[in-house]
Amino acid sequence: MAGFSVMDTLFQRTLEDLIKGLRLQLIGESAFLSKALDEIRREAKSTDPDTKANALHKLTYLSSLHFYDMSFAAFHVVELLSSTRFSHKKIAYHAASHSFDESTPVLVLITNQLRKDLSSTNELEVSLALECLSRIATVDLARDLTPEIFTLLSSSKVFVRKKAIGVLLRVFDKYPDAVRVCFKRLVENLESSDSQVVSVAVGVFCELALREPRSYLPLAPEFYKILVDSKNNWVLIKVLKIFAKLAPLEPRLANKVVEPICEHIRRTGAKSLLFECIRTVVSSLSDYEHAVKLAVVKIREMLVDDDPNLKYLGLQALSIVAPNHLWAVLENKEVVIKSLSDVDPNIKLESLRLVMAMVSESNVAEICRVLVNYALKSDPEFCNLILGSILSTCCRNVYEIIIDFDWYVSLLGEMSRMPHCQKGEEIEKQLIDIGMRVKDVRPELVRVSRNLLIDPALLGNPFLHRILSAAAWLSGEYVEFSLNPFELMEALLQPRTNLLPPLLKAIYIQSAFKVLIFSLNSYLLQRGSPASFSYSDKLLPDVPGLVSKRDIPECSDLASCDAPVLGKQDEGFNPRVLNQSFGDPSVEYGGEETSTCGQSSASASLKDSFTHESIINLLNRVELAVVPLTGSYDVEIVERARNVLCFIELIKPQMPDCLVQKEEGSDREEAEASKIIKLMHDAFSNDLGPISVSAQERVSVPDGLVLEENLEDLETICGDVQLPSLNSFSLGSSYFEETACVSIPIFQSREERGPSNESTSLLAEHRKQHGLYYLPSEKKDGDYPAANDLQLQANHNDDDDEDLAKITEQLLVPKKKPNHAKPRPVVVKLDGDQAPIAAGPHPKEDLLSGTVRDVLLGSETAPTTRSPTNRKGKEKLNVDSATDSKENLGDGEKREQGNSSSRKSKHRNSTVSHSKGRRHRIPGKKGDEREEHGQKAKQKSSGRHKARQRAEVPLNVVSQTPVIPDFLL
Amino acid sequence: MGIRFILMVNKQGQTRLAQYYEYLTLEERRALEAEIVRKCLARNEQQCSFVEHRNYKIIYRRYASLFFLVGVDNEENELAILEFIHLLVETMDRHFGNVCELDIMFHLEKAHFMLEEMVMNGCIVETSKSNILAPIQLMDKTY
Repeated sequence: MAGFSVMDTLFQRTLEDLIKGLRLQLIGESAFLSKALDEIRREAKSTDPDTKANALHKLTYLSSLHFYDMSFAAFHVVELLSSTRFSHKKIAYHAASHSFDESTPVLVLITNQLRKDLSSTNELEVSLALECLSRIATVDLARDLTPEIFTLLSSSKVFVRKKAIGVLLRVFDKYPDAVRVCFKRLVENLESSDSQVVSVAVGVFCELALREPRSYLPLAPEFYKILVDSKNNWVLIKVLKIFAKLAPLEPRLANKVVEPICEHIRRTGAKSLLFECIRTVVSSLSDYEHAVKLAVVKIREMLVDDDPNLKYLGLQALSIVAPNHLWAVLENKEVVIKSLSDVDPNIKLESLRLVMAMVSESNVAEICRVLVNYALKSDPEFCNLILGSILSTCCRNVYEIIIDFDWYVSLLGEMSRMPHCQKGEEIEKQLIDIGMRVKDVRPELVRVSRNLLIDPALLGNPFLHRILSAAAWLSGEYVEFSLNPFELMEALLQPRTNLLPPLLKAIYIQSAFKVLIFSLNSYLLQRGSPASFSYSDKLLPDVPGLVSKRDIPECSDLASCDAPVLGKQDEGFNPRVLNQSFGDPSVEYGGEETSTCGQSSASASLKDSFTHESIINLLNRVELAVVPLTGSYDVEIVERARNVLCFIELIKPQMPDCLVQKEEGSDREEAEASKIIKLMHDAFSNDLGPISVSAQERVSVPDGLVLEENLEDLETICGDVQLPSLNSFSLGSSYFEETACVSIPIFQSREERGPSNESTSLLAEHRKQHGLYYLPSEKKDGDYPAANDLQLQANHNDDDDEDLAKITEQLLVPKKKPNHAKPRPVVVKLDGDQAPIAAGPHPKEDLLSGTVRDVLLGSETAPTTRSPTNRKGKEKLNVDSATDSKENLGDGEKREQGNSSSRKSKHRNSTVSHSKGRRHRIPGKKGDEREEHGQKAKQKSSGRHKARQRAEVPLNVVSQTPVIPDFLL
Repeated sequence: MGIRFILMVNKQGQTRLAQYYEYLTLEERRALEAEIVRKCLARNEQQCSFVEHRNYKIIYRRYASLFFLVGVDNEENELAILEFIHLLVETMDRHFGNVCELDIMFHLEKAHFMLEEMVMNGCIVETSKSNILAPIQLMDKTY
């Protein structure tokens, strides 16, 4: 080649020079390397094989360690492969196996070279070719080279034979038909006297069996022999893996292997083998109590070992054991819980999983308490992992394990206040979900919500915004349980709500609206105004949950005794109460007295507080807070603010009349006002329930509604409207909540929205659109202490260790099932709540067994077994059943003997690729398989199957590929 | 397929040897190695040698300045892999005599050959040091 002289070759840099240069370079690594790469590109084109080899050598190095693309050199690699010098071949093969993949175009050019090398007399060359094939074999290569590999499988050189066995895995993967050719020899190698060969063969079977174990059941006797006789731990581990897959399929086999495995557990000094035995026992032999007990003893030893590796694996083994033998976990509770504070996050995670596995109805509260305390001490990441797993465990199967919802709700509240909590979305979801599903817990929900809402500091933490919006929605929706609506209103309207993103802020406004309506309505009831008599009649049927007197004393009190009490109240307001709620414009929310005092006194103060002046104050307060919002840029906010303002304007002019008490003339106007109020109140008092996933399907399509009509016209109107995405249907927006939930009483929901009369869907989309365009403007300011200030943390930390120890101790005391003080409240469940059952439990078959089945059995559906395996295994078993250890599998097969020998004679008659021979063989194999599984039911029917299959065979004959020689026969 | 890849990485995070048993593009390899190295090198002596990453389990062990990282699938026995790493180091030690990072850098090919003798298609196929080294010695002698 021009420009390439002897000098160039002489002074070419070797790989060693390159590496040295790279270490000493002063021009920067990438500059140096790109220079070197230019050089290599030039050298690779050289006609001199030495230069080329050297270039490729360097290139492979750069590609594998510095990620330089070497696809440009693919053809040079092929050129070099055909070199007669071993040192060149070596480099070329290495380069090929490093850089070639299925799509490399020059791959088709190497088939012949590989074939030549596979048949070489130089075993090193054969080995190179096999190594390369194991990495890059494609369907074509595997197909074309199967005969060569088949020959090598019985090579006299162990060095070659074991590599030929090793390469089979890839060949079978790519070209399943190779199974027909090579399987017999593979099995023969399993019985070889050479331990190296056996070890490779076991490795291959282990991989095959992991994918589709059933086919390899017939080989169990061979594996059993290895399990008992082998001294090589590597091989034993592989065999154990195979048995772990086979044992669940065949109980008699499990019975047979459990003793030898226990023997290994007792005897072995190798931790790896011990661990594999343990894993096999706990995962596949968990019915054998004594074996599990032995394994658990060993697991315990691992858990208390100083080696973090053993500890980790011990925890892992425990989590395998947990579903079937929870006692094993409970026995090791203290270690598990102690591991929650391990230095290693991986160990912490494992123990967290285990702790969650222990959770049950009776201990969920204690465990969550312990976990929350650990979460407080942990780093943010692990803290959120803990919170996440608490949340997901507790909500599993519609809060299956929760009995005391009051406790759970307050736990949610507590979790929200954790310093690192980032689980806002999940907590929000659960709060609202529980609110809708569990009626009895609503008072507690409202209390928890109130505590969250009145803390201005929480608004500064963006992670909590979602939770706050849930709290706002809950306290608006279930305001009747609120102990102090005025305080709630203050909380909802506090200036720091500006920190919320607009959509959430809108929820606050809507909730304030609901609180306002409730307060006005309650006030009217107190006054004994004409509308009030209907309060109990009207409201209660609508909301059946409210009838329960036990839970809502204040409500029923109001309803039942409004007339006598309020006569007195009318005389004037109680200044004490007024002071309490409105005494100071910047109300101090530190006091908990309202929430902590008893229900009865609270309800009394509630009644007291609905005085005329307090209501007027309330109206003014709301107006004052909402007016500025009408200037907001967010339509969602503007609209709701307008709703509130319109309502206030409507009501307000009629309110002052009440000041002049008992004037006859005002009665009518007052009645007018109360009518409006009552109407609004009715609208809001309709209970919202959870929605089934399938709810929409159940709504029948009205007559005359053409759903498939082309809606192109709409494009012009709302072309840029984006359809609400799936996740936009969240519980975060109370607006969507309402429209979506009240699916049947459409009129109700329209009233609910007050003045807005637009079409529901268009409006919803319109809002959605703007919701998308208005990004939440979050700005932080430091005027309040951080949301979860350190004091809280410090307090916890002080008593932490003590508490933890105490609680852990309690947890460890085996507990009798506590008799719960109160029965579990009703949790509304819908049929859509059940997790959808995965369609068809069929595991996806891998290509290998699938194709084999197609080829060997025709397209009929059949148990996924590989015939050659079975055939081979069967022959073995027939022999074995006479010998010692095979009784366990024997009886299924003995019956078979006559059958199979007759078939064998049939096979002998049939020539290798003769279609007639096939016709006979196929139904025969079929029968084999079914019986071999030792499943009596199947055996019974096999006769019938045979007949049917025979009828279908002619169809299959066409699809057979008659080219492949079947060496198995 | 058992072992998916084997990496040798020095303390600075530079890859000294990379052997993959499944095909990944160069970009995928680069990303994977960077993530794994970041994850594993940050861990300390008191922590266990197993790291879960994507759908791999990484088993690693440190010898002097070099980290040996093996990515396996979920079925693999972690302790056996640790023994495998040790066997690999011992084998290299026997061949190079007091093996160090530089030996692997300058004799990468030989390190690859040892691995090829030990692992095929992700399966451990040979665990005897003399069997692993025999073909390499033969090559050294003949070529």
